[in-house]
Amino acid sequence: MSLYGYLTLAALVFAIGLFGVLTRRNAIGILLGIELMLNAVNINLVAFARFHADVAGLVFTLFTIAITVAEVAVGLAIVIAIFRVRRTVEADRLDLLRG
Amino acid sequence: MDPGVRAPLLVLGLPFAAFLLLAVVAPVRRAGRVAGAVSILATGIALVAALVIWSDGTDGAATWAWIPADGGPMATVGLLVDPLSSAMLVLVTLVSLLVQVYSLAYLGDEGAPSLGRYYTYQSLFAFSMLGLVLSPSFVQMFVFWELVGLCSYLLIGYWYERPSAARAAVKAFWVTKLGDLGFVVGIVMLWAATGTFEFHALFAKAQEHALAIEGLGTIMFLIYLGAVGKSAQFPLHVWLPDAMEGPTPVSALIHAATMVTAGVFLVARAQPLFALTPGVLTLIGWVGAFTALLAASMACVEGDIKRVLAYSTVSQLGYMMAAAGAGASYASFLHLLTHGLFKALLFLGAGAVIHAVGTNDIFRMGGLFRAMPQTGVVFVVGTLALAGVPPLAGFFSKEAILAGVWDAEMRGPFLMLALTTFLTAFYMFRVVFLAFFGRAHAPGHPHEPPLAMRGPLWLLAALTVLVGLRLGLAQGGAHHGPGWLAPASIALALGGILLAWATYQRGAVDPARLADTFPLSTLDFLARRRYGLDALYGGLYRGFILGFSRLIGWIDRYLVDGVLNFLSAWTLRSGDLLRRVQSGQPQDYVYGVAFGVLLLFIWAQWWR
Repeated sequence: MSLYGYLTLAALVFAIGLFGVLTRRNAIGILLGIELMLNAVNINLVAFARFHADVAGLVFTLFTIAITVAEVAVGLAIVIAIFRVRRTVEADRLDLLRG
Repeated sequence: MDPGVRAPLLVLGLPFAAFLLLAVVAPVRRAGRVAGAVSILATGIALVAALVIWSDGTDGAATWAWIPADGGPMATVGLLVDPLSSAMLVLVTLVSLLVQVYSLAYLGDEGAPSLGRYYTYQSLFAFSMLGLVLSPSFVQMFVFWELVGLCSYLLIGYWYERPSAARAAVKAFWVTKLGDLGFVVGIVMLWAATGTFEFHALFAKAQEHALAIEGLGTIMFLIYLGAVGKSAQFPLHVWLPDAMEGPTPVSALIHAATMVTAGVFLVARAQPLFALTPGVLTLIGWVGAFTALLAASMACVEGDIKRVLAYSTVSQLGYMMAAAGAGASYASFLHLLTHGLFKALLFLGAGAVIHAVGTNDIFRMGGLFRAMPQTGVVFVVGTLALAGVPPLAGFFSKEAILAGVWDAEMRGPFLMLALTTFLTAFYMFRVVFLAFFGRAHAPGHPHEPPLAMRGPLWLLAALTVLVGLRLGLAQGGAHHGPGWLAPASIALALGGILLAWATYQRGAVDPARLADTFPLSTLDFLARRRYGLDALYGGLYRGFILGFSRLIGWIDRYLVDGVLNFLSAWTLRSGDLLRRVQSGQPQDYVYGVAFGVLLLFIWAQWWR
């Protein structure tokens, strides 16, 4: 499989993730979409590391995975906090920042 | 330092120290009478020092560099002591001291902080006036010239809660500033032409005939304009009568004895320069004589005792200027000194009367001589001196002026001044007869003033007599003028007194009918309206300055502010429109980001 195959796969995963973020009304769903987009990036990094024989890409990926874990933990904590206050995690109804 | 300037430095420094103390240390100032004591003490010691300087005949000068420039300082500060300035030192410190003592009683009803403010201004004034007379250069003189103007403004507006006093203060400030504008332009032009501000350098050049600069006439005329404003010469005399809104002791000190004579002092000081421009001197003489006559005519119809004295001051300043214009500087300066004494006496006497009866209107006084004989005696002494009756001080100096003007072959001014002598005697005795004699109808129970007011009055009266006697002995029969001059001027003065007596005491002439006969009726009409000058200036002020201000105001309000208001209104409006973009939904923003990335992608791919 060539580099382009991997890049195409990554682009597809990214697009699916973006679609999820844009269309899901549930906050958990949006978080899942974000996870997909991040992993698309990871695929890109690993593919470049493999085809350019550069370890930096792998290191980056490990960092990204670690940070993603933290991000999900924080994101879910926020969602739970919001749910406790508002009794809903529907994104449409969370519009405190409306101008 | 020249040891001769130590005493002058003390004279100058003490009032300044008192001013600083009162201005900076608020508890002392707000203590009222304590502030008065500080100021009186400083002025008293200064008077002693001034007397020492004067009796020693000190001559000295000291200068210190002030504005540095290439090739020596551009301007200096210093002290110049000569007979002219030492005589002024004595006059200024003496009258200041007496007025400050008098004020303790006269303004005794004022609140303590207010009284402290008064003495702070008084100290500042004493310092400024002394600095003015000691100035060795035009620049320093101008600085102190403005300082005395400031003190005059502050003291006229002492009762600033009264709108009329506040207005009079502003009027005095503005009208004198008009003249000062000429003064400052004149000294700068003189500096541009000669490279120096200092009197002794300029006089040395004048003596060597090295001052043949082009436009010297214009320069001296501009400098003279400063004197026109300060010494209330026609046509800028309008501020002085209004300045009577200040407390009476202030009128005695600033608007009779000292500050208003600064213009005369300037002409006397710069005499060697004015001597080079006979045209300007002639103008000074004519304007002075005309001012004397004009002011005397207005004094004849005035009913306010202080304003009568104010017009008489304008008139006497006209005398001094006329003498200076005729080249009789000695006579001019002598009259300045004697006038300072007896006019201060008259004002302080008028203050005692006002203090007793509570009104300025001479028609509401009467029979006061019986109620307050001491004040009456000293007031009559001052009046006789002003009217020019020998052997009082005013006679000799007025005589010297008339002789000087006659000798200078200025027939027109001489006639005007002679007529003024007659009018002076008339209007002053009009006041005396109306206020002190005649039927008593003064309100309340008038009584003699307290000792703090009587003391200065008696001292000034004694000095008026003594100086007169001294001058009479010194001069003997050595008049410059023709032999008929002295009898003629005495006859004019006595004629004026007689007419006043016949009109206001005897009732032989009805003043109303006198004012109705033809040439006098027109004069009466004009003089009562102050020859329309106040109305003219008021109209010019309203028409030009206020009109211009209104135009500027319109531009500021509608053009300058308009642009800013337009900008701010549009900022608000556009912000309001853009507000709707913020939906508060993160997904909408992500749509925006995704769409933007798409556009960038398309642009990078095809359009670049």
